[in-house]
Amino acid sequence: MNIVTGFFYLFSTVLIASAVMVISARNPVHSVLFLILAFVNAAGLFLLLGAEFLAMILVIVYVGAVAVLFLFVVMMLDVDFAELKQGFLQYLPVGALIGIAVLVELVFVLGTWFQAPGELITRASAVKPGVSNTQALGQVLYTQYVYFFEISGLILLTAMIGAIVLTLRHKVGVKRQDIAQQVARTKETAMEVKKVPSRVGV
Amino acid sequence: MNAPIFALAPVLPEIIVSLGALGLILLGALRGETAAWLVAELAVAILGVAIIVVLRHPDTTGADFSGSFIDDAFGRYMKVLSLIGALVALLLSLDFTAREKFASFEYPILILLSTIGMMLMASANDLIALYMGLELSSLALYVIAAIKRDDVKSSEAGLKYFVLGALSSGMLLYGASLIYGFSGTVSFNGIAHAIHGQVSIGVIFGLVFMMAGMAFKISAVPFHMWTPDVYEGAPTPVTAFFASAPKMAAVAMMVRILSTAFPGIVTQWQQIVGFLAILSMLLGAFAAIGQTNIKRLMAYSSIGHMGFALVGLAAGTQIGVQGVLIYMTIYLLMTLGTFAAIISMRRNGQMVETIADLAGLSKTNGKMAFFLAMMMFSLAGIPPLAGFFGKFYVIGAAMEAHLYTLSTIAVLASVVSAFYYLRIVKIMYLDDSVGAFDKPYWVVDWALVLSGIFVLAFWVYPSPIIIGAMAAAKSLF
Repeated sequence: MNIVTGFFYLFSTVLIASAVMVISARNPVHSVLFLILAFVNAAGLFLLLGAEFLAMILVIVYVGAVAVLFLFVVMMLDVDFAELKQGFLQYLPVGALIGIAVLVELVFVLGTWFQAPGELITRASAVKPGVSNTQALGQVLYTQYVYFFEISGLILLTAMIGAIVLTLRHKVGVKRQDIAQQVARTKETAMEVKKVPSRVGV
Repeated sequence: MNAPIFALAPVLPEIIVSLGALGLILLGALRGETAAWLVAELAVAILGVAIIVVLRHPDTTGADFSGSFIDDAFGRYMKVLSLIGALVALLLSLDFTAREKFASFEYPILILLSTIGMMLMASANDLIALYMGLELSSLALYVIAAIKRDDVKSSEAGLKYFVLGALSSGMLLYGASLIYGFSGTVSFNGIAHAIHGQVSIGVIFGLVFMMAGMAFKISAVPFHMWTPDVYEGAPTPVTAFFASAPKMAAVAMMVRILSTAFPGIVTQWQQIVGFLAILSMLLGAFAAIGQTNIKRLMAYSSIGHMGFALVGLAAGTQIGVQGVLIYMTIYLLMTLGTFAAIISMRRNGQMVETIADLAGLSKTNGKMAFFLAMMMFSLAGIPPLAGFFGKFYVIGAAMEAHLYTLSTIAVLASVVSAFYYLRIVKIMYLDDSVGAFDKPYWVVDWALVLSGIFVLAFWVYPSPIIIGAMAAAKSLF
C-alpha cells in the first residue's frame, strides 16, 4: 500500500464520516462545520487525481464563499431546526426513493466503467504532457474562449450593478466617518486659539 | 504589426458600447446621482456612434473568435434596429425619469449593457454565444423593469419577469444541451452539417425546447403570460424599451438559428413557427379588445405583431426573412411612436394610462391626436401607411410558400385587431374631451412626429429599407 492509496482512504473515510455528521448533527452550526470538512476532503481527493485546479476552486468557492454564507445564514437567521426536523419520518419514503435512484445511476456509471473502460477515456480531452491543468485551462480560456470570458465579465458586472441599484438605500441622518474629510482638516478649522485674559477665564 | 487589432474590427460596435458603458459607470460613481442626466445624454451619444459605425461598415461578412461571432449584413441590420430602439427609448426616458423621481445614473448604463447583449445575440453564431448574449440582455432587463423600486407594480413586474425569464432560459439551455448532445457541436454551421439529411428525434426535441425559450423572449403565445403585467407595471419609457429593442434581438436570434443551424429540417420547425404565429395573432387580436389600460393594450398588440412577424419566418425562405426584417423595422418605429404618445399622457403632473383618458384629444391637442391616429391606422395595417406594407411582405412570403391557411388566419386576425385600434381613434376624435394633457417634453413630441412622418411617407420612398432587408436576408441563405 503506497502513500497515495493511504491518503485516498484517509480522505474518503473522513469525507463520508463528515457527510454523515452533516445530516445527523444536532447543532446546525456543527453541521455547517462538518460540511466544510467534507469539502476540504473532497478537495484532497481531487488533488490525488491530479486535478489541482478543481481542488483549489473547491476550497476557494465552496469553503471560502458558499459554506461561510451558510454559516452566516444559520447563525444570523432564527431558524427553528427542531421544527424542521419533525417531518423526518414523513418524508423518509420520498427521500429513500431519490436515494435509490441515485444509487441506480451510480451502478450504471460503474457498470460502464467496467464494461467499456475505453469509452470514458475518450470523453476527456487530451492534456499535453508537462502542462499543469491550471495552465491548460488558462491557455484556452484566454485565447479560444476569450470572447465568452469577456461576456461573462459583462454579465457579472450587470448583476452587480443590478443588485446595488435595487437594494442599496442611503439612509439620511446617519453619521459616517469620512476619512478624507478628517485628513483634510487644517489647523485653522480644527483649532481655535483664544486669548485668555489673566484672572478672567474664557 | 497591427493585424491583431484589425482582427477585432467586426466587433468594433460592441467594443465601443462596452467601453462607453464602463466609462459611464466610472463617471457616475465619481459624480454621484447628480450626473444622471449627463450620463443619459452620453449614453445616447454612445449609441449614436455605434449606429454610425455599424452603418458605415463595409458590406462584408466576417467571423471572429473561432466563428462564435459573425458580422454579416443580417446581423448589422438587426443591430441597427436594436440600437435605434435603445436610443429612442433612452431619449424618451430623459425627462420622464427626472419627473417620476427615479433618475439614477445606473439606468442608462443598464440600458447600454442590455443593448450590448442584444448586439451579441444578433451576431451569435454558436449556442454558447447565443446564450451568453441572451443572458446579458435579459439580466439588465429584469433590473430595469424593477428600477422604480418603491413602486409595488414596478417591483412586481421585475420579479415576475425575472422568475419567468429564468424558467425560459432554463428551457432554452435544456434544448441547447440536447442539440449539442445529438449533433456534437455548438456551432450553427456545424449543427447544420451534422443533422443534414438524417434527423434524430433528440434534435427535434431540443429544437422544441429552444423554440419555447426563444418564444418567451419575443412573447409569442403560449409563452406570453408575462407580457401584459410587465408592460403595465414597468415605468412607461422602460415599457417602450421592452417593446422595441429586445424584440429585435430575439427575432434576430430566432431567424439566424433557424435558417443557419436548421435549414435541413425546415418542415419540422415550420410547424412550430406556424403554430406560434397563429396563436399569437389570434390572442393578440381577441384579448386586446377588452383592455382599458393602454399599456396592456400595447402588450397584446405586440404579441399579435410578433405573430405576424413569425408568419414570414414560417415561410422558411429568403423572401420570408426579408419580410420579417421589413416587418420588424416598421413595427419598431410604430411602437416607439405610440409609446412617445403614451409618455405624453400626463395630466396635472400625473401619468394617466387608461384609454378613456384619450377622449376628445383632437380638440385639446390636434397634432398629437393626428399622429397617434396615424400610428393606430398603421398598427391596424391600413394602406397606404407603413404597417400595411409590413403585413403585405410577410403574408406575401407565406402565400409564396403555399401556407394558405396561415395567411388566411393572418388576414382575419388583422381585421379583428383593427377593431381596437380604430376604437382608440374613435375615442380621440368623436368623444367628449376630459381635459387637456400637460405640454410634453420636446424630445418626446419630436419622437412622435418623426415616427408619424415615417409611417405616413413610407410608401413614397421605401427602397432603403427594402433593399437593406433584402441584402440582410441574402446573407443568411
